[in-house]
Amino acid sequence: MTTFSDSDPRVADERNTTEGKVFTVQGNDWDELLHDLSSTPAQDRIIVNMGPQHPSTHGVLRLILELDGETVTEARCGIGYLHTGIEKNMEFRNWTQGVTFVTRMDYLSPFFNETAYCLGVEKLLGVTDQIPERANVIRVMMMELNRISSHLVCLATGGMELGALTAMTFGFRERELVLDVFEMITGLRMNHAYIRPGGLAQDLPEGAEQKVRELLKMLPGRLKDTADLLVDNAIWKGRTVGVGTLDLAGCMALGITGPILRSTGLPHDLRKSQPYCGYENYEFDVPVQTSADAYGRFLIRIAEMGESMKIVEQCLDRLKPGPVMIEDKKIAWPAQLSHGADGTGNSFEHIRQIMGTSMEALIHHFKLVTEGFKVPAGQAYTAVESPRGELGVHLVSDGGTRPYRVHFRDPSFTNLQATAAMCEGGQIADVVAAVASIDPVMGGVDR
Amino acid sequence: MNGDTSGYGGLVVKSEPIAAADRPFGGAFDSIADAIEAALPNHAQAIKGIVIDRDQMTIQVKREHLVEVAQALRDDAALRFEMCLGVSGVHFPEQVGAELHAHYPLLSITHNRRVFLEVTAPDADPVIPSLISVYPTNDWHERETYDFFGIIFSGHPHLTRIQMPDDWMGHPQRKDYPLGGIPVEFKGAQIDPPDQRRSYNK
Repeated sequence: MTTFSDSDPRVADERNTTEGKVFTVQGNDWDELLHDLSSTPAQDRIIVNMGPQHPSTHGVLRLILELDGETVTEARCGIGYLHTGIEKNMEFRNWTQGVTFVTRMDYLSPFFNETAYCLGVEKLLGVTDQIPERANVIRVMMMELNRISSHLVCLATGGMELGALTAMTFGFRERELVLDVFEMITGLRMNHAYIRPGGLAQDLPEGAEQKVRELLKMLPGRLKDTADLLVDNAIWKGRTVGVGTLDLAGCMALGITGPILRSTGLPHDLRKSQPYCGYENYEFDVPVQTSADAYGRFLIRIAEMGESMKIVEQCLDRLKPGPVMIEDKKIAWPAQLSHGADGTGNSFEHIRQIMGTSMEALIHHFKLVTEGFKVPAGQAYTAVESPRGELGVHLVSDGGTRPYRVHFRDPSFTNLQATAAMCEGGQIADVVAAVASIDPVMGGVDR
Repeated sequence: MNGDTSGYGGLVVKSEPIAAADRPFGGAFDSIADAIEAALPNHAQAIKGIVIDRDQMTIQVKREHLVEVAQALRDDAALRFEMCLGVSGVHFPEQVGAELHAHYPLLSITHNRRVFLEVTAPDADPVIPSLISVYPTNDWHERETYDFFGIIFSGHPHLTRIQMPDDWMGHPQRKDYPLGGIPVEFKGAQIDPPDQRRSYNK
């Protein structure tokens, strides 16, 4: 382990007071920086700390901008303000409980986090082929609805950051329609923990398909309204065309995926190239643009929402009655959830059956819920195409009932590295447009 | 009353690490291995073994040869792994002499396939060469792995903490770093913080 010496300026000073030990956290290397600055000849160089609490930084992102007048000469990101130690926490919970953690990482695309994680656990278990068809169809449907709601937030917050407040109200209003569907199906608007290793937490409730169909009728018109506000809007184009450009070589070097990569003209989409959850059975296009700028990414997101609606429609047609959880009772979570007066919980009939009629079922339930299932030792990497790019999960098992190590390769984290390449040399106002077009979600960046 | 129902865990079966495979690997893996042998003259020294597990190919590389292996994987036309998806650290305290593992997923968009590199380093000398010169995307990923595991990526231009505060002590995702936490109070019962529960200590 690396230890810091007493003379290290990064170590906080400590002193004893009547209230206990008090640490004084210093400004780290700012003193050195100021010293260096004062020793160089005088010039109009300003360093601005933008964020982490700033309405235009798309979350708790701190941008450290070095300015020469209005021009950004150096842009750096400070992250970590939303680090919650999810990866460490998961090592102390069983494999199924992990879903409840990962859904909170990138909070705008919870179904992608859950699916990526569950695909990894299923790969480690070697049960990928045993996932019921209906579970896969519902997974795809939820993910594509989630892609729409996530892109809507991107448009809404991106619009707000550039002063297009109507885009924000429209975006959040439409997103709420999608979240209503999520709430009906999973019980929650966000942080669903609905997709579980082996399948789903529960089947669609009665009337859910009807509700999704109604949504599909309403959304195209609403999305068109939102798009019409911006697509040919002279101010919007003035703020985004040619702003935040990053070419294909830059994307490759920086590991950029998702709409930013597709805005350079490369139609790379894991749903097409390495399909999972049965994506090979759906017909959809991968929208691309060649402008490699913020406006191109905006157009791609608009087009992707249309493609997602096409996929959701095909999902509804493919929904056949059947199980939504793997048949193997050693993995399937023994829950039959239902709504009661006090919220969602196990249904009384299910509890009555296992408590009253079957000792074995009770033991099995107890073991599976308190201890969880064992996952054979080894490691696996699985990836899904999240709204922001490749969401990868590296899972390591030591053969126990808890993950030995979980690592999420979140696309927001990687894509945010492009900030410097997109912003340096541009105007300070364009930083906001560029960061909005990256669409980082700090929950995913910091985990 | 202690409400800890986390169980005793009972019989623990620890499995051995999955052994390196021999040829034929099956599928496209043989052609990848052929291409690596053609592109890397000193592959016998650089590569410790190839593990085929769950349809994934993991190449175990000696740390001093990591950069040249990655360079060959990226630049050779038959390999062309143009994208690196970061690095993930793992800490195995019981693997003496190779406690720290770094796992690099690589993706070839050209050939639409994946391969994984795995490098180990001992706790006593936790140094692995940085891959920034080959894959600049690993800048933040290596900082994160340094932050959480204490792996020092030599050659990284500014290896500083990225998630934890700059003055944080220790590397939180190592296995010898406790999870921490406080007991959970219920009416009439108290449950220990996760890392002190029965099932973690038996």
